[in-house]
Amino acid sequence: MSSLTAPEDTTTPPKRPDARPPRRPRRHLFPYLIIAPAVLLELLIHIIPMATGFWMSFVELTKFFIRRWLEAPFVGLENYSIAIDLNTPVGQELLNSFLVTVGFTALVVGLSWGLGMAAAVALQRPFRGRGVFRTLFLIPYALPLYASVITWNFMLQRDTGVINHVLVDQLGILEDAPFWLIGDNAFVSVVVVAIWRMWPFAFLMFMAGLQSIPGELYEASAIDGAGPTRQWRSITLPMLAPVNQTMLLVMFLWVFNDFNTPYVLFGSAQPPAGDLISFHIYNASFLSWDFGVGSAMSVLLLLFLLAVSLVYLYFTQWKKEKRNA
Amino acid sequence: MRRRTLLTAAPLAAAGAAGLAACGSSSGSGSSSDSLTYWASNQGTSLENDKEVLTPVLEKFTEETGIDVSLEVIGWGDLQTRIQTAITSGQGPDVVNIGNTWGVSLQATGGLLELGDEQFEALGGRDRYVPAALATGGAEGTDPTSIPLYGLAYGMYYNVKMFEDAGIEPPTTWEEMVEAAKALTDPEGDVWGMSLAAGSYTENNHFAFINATQNGAALNTKDGKPSFTEDGVIDGILRYLDLMQTDKVVDPSNAQFDNGTKSVTAFANGKAAMIINQNNANATIESQGMTPDQFKAIPFPAPADAVSDCASHLAGINLAAMKDTGNEEGALQFMKFMTSPETQEELGKPFASLPVLVDGTPTFTEDEEQADMFMEIYSERAEPLPLVPWEDQYETTVGQAMNEMFATIATGGTVTREDVTTAMQTAQDSIRA
Repeated sequence: MSSLTAPEDTTTPPKRPDARPPRRPRRHLFPYLIIAPAVLLELLIHIIPMATGFWMSFVELTKFFIRRWLEAPFVGLENYSIAIDLNTPVGQELLNSFLVTVGFTALVVGLSWGLGMAAAVALQRPFRGRGVFRTLFLIPYALPLYASVITWNFMLQRDTGVINHVLVDQLGILEDAPFWLIGDNAFVSVVVVAIWRMWPFAFLMFMAGLQSIPGELYEASAIDGAGPTRQWRSITLPMLAPVNQTMLLVMFLWVFNDFNTPYVLFGSAQPPAGDLISFHIYNASFLSWDFGVGSAMSVLLLLFLLAVSLVYLYFTQWKKEKRNA
Repeated sequence: MRRRTLLTAAPLAAAGAAGLAACGSSSGSGSSSDSLTYWASNQGTSLENDKEVLTPVLEKFTEETGIDVSLEVIGWGDLQTRIQTAITSGQGPDVVNIGNTWGVSLQATGGLLELGDEQFEALGGRDRYVPAALATGGAEGTDPTSIPLYGLAYGMYYNVKMFEDAGIEPPTTWEEMVEAAKALTDPEGDVWGMSLAAGSYTENNHFAFINATQNGAALNTKDGKPSFTEDGVIDGILRYLDLMQTDKVVDPSNAQFDNGTKSVTAFANGKAAMIINQNNANATIESQGMTPDQFKAIPFPAPADAVSDCASHLAGINLAAMKDTGNEEGALQFMKFMTSPETQEELGKPFASLPVLVDGTPTFTEDEEQADMFMEIYSERAEPLPLVPWEDQYETTVGQAMNEMFATIATGGTVTREDVTTAMQTAQDSIRA
């Protein structure tokens, strides 16, 4: 019987398992080319300035060296020691500024969160005029920052401001018109203005989060006899947990770093009660021409924010993921 | 992305100036030999007003020299930061206006062109300028880096009708001024003897200096260190604070006045009988509705037993060329032009400035008596703020400390002599001299 099967080609060597695949055209460079502009911009906008700021914190970059800043003498940790030495006005004022900012952040984030949540829940169900309220609530977020904060500055003037006009002249709640932009009340003012600017963001985030909760959950719970409070506690809050986790961190970072509100509200000479840390660092750097100490303060602030962020992420994300794994 | 932006925001704020330098170079402003960039400070009633006043003057310069001048008028709130950035990056104007009290601080940066014999020859010589005004351009014993452009001096403006109605003569001593202010103060009618820019750290540091000088005290030691805690300094500051605290002749609301214009407005509206302001207040007072016959100016008085009759610090605006200018010759030509007798006279009226030339003629007012009075203060009764590199820090630390003390008084607190001493010690300790 003849066989039609071709004889095995013994001249072709067997394929080695580790043989390299044939070289393809250089298409693998394409992704790098695509992201190159982003990497370049990231370097220019973030990495290089951050590295420069870090380097500046170790040199004596005062007015005597700003023109030849590369020649500024290396002083090691001296700028840091000046910044945190509580026996000097620089250290004492930085501590005061830090504590003011902690209180400011706690109040602004907490109250903005509460207001945003309350407003979002209130507007969850359809009713006549809901769209108008939504628009009104978002106005502070849409207004140009300078215009809105300078308007608050006018409103908070002691003699000519509308706030005192209402509180003293119209409602008679107060006998004497208080100062809002100097003295201890400056803290109240900057907190109120910052909340006014921040809460619409929380509102917006909660509105988006609430849209993603299936209506069936509320319907089923209502059949089981759950009231609005129980629904809020057992459905709304847990379902909004991912929104909350991100939003609280973002709001914390924004508010702790807030520069614009005190700068526009108080001008270049902020009262001690409203001495927020970003503005404090700006003054230490630009008004005192001491960019070395200002940079040391900035690095300390960065480390603090990083530490808080990492602890927060550990408890809200990583620990949870580890538990679920 | 947003989060990372925030995390980097703080270092960026401090890194701003040097960060710009990373992108810049010391290649100069990029001007050619037939063009210049000029940053002018706001002198008139608005930035637009400054442009209107300066444009024909600059056109005249262009006609004479063929050099085009690109003008930018910058408000006082931004000027110092803009200059810092220009010095750091080497990218800025060719010629710039500076507050004359910043002269030595900016000289210390090395960013301004040193004016040696060769440069002064191009400028027409040192002898042209009022010596004290020229001294503000640099530390003693060094070549200055700026020349005087507009002279200014403080005077005390009073409301003629209010004084006449009350039968009060213009005061010649501090005590008489306080008595007059008390007589004219009527809190119920919202009329006060005086109005102060008590929330302005720039104004406040000027009066810390003037009152201390009247007491014979200096703010710096002979070897150039800050000395803010001398008795004369403390007493001078307390005397000024007491206008609101003890004498109660100043509306506590003035603690919110963060610039001199607000006190001018109070004066022009009849809410205050007196203000202490630089001579360029005339235009603002008139623009607020007062006619020239309704107000007069006299020297800011010193106490009867004062050591010095100092009535003002030597105020004004200086003109400097940037070291990185690509057109030094043109810059010097421009500086000579701006300080020529003709230009001085032309700009003296709209900017209400005093001439800085030894033989200059004041044109800021038609009231000869007032012109002579301010010229006398400027040339004989004005002292320069400390001519030391840390002068800029003095302005912010002492000025802001006084802001806070006025705020304490305005909100019902009390500022004692001990409090002033503590505040001045803190200000002094804050300075890296």
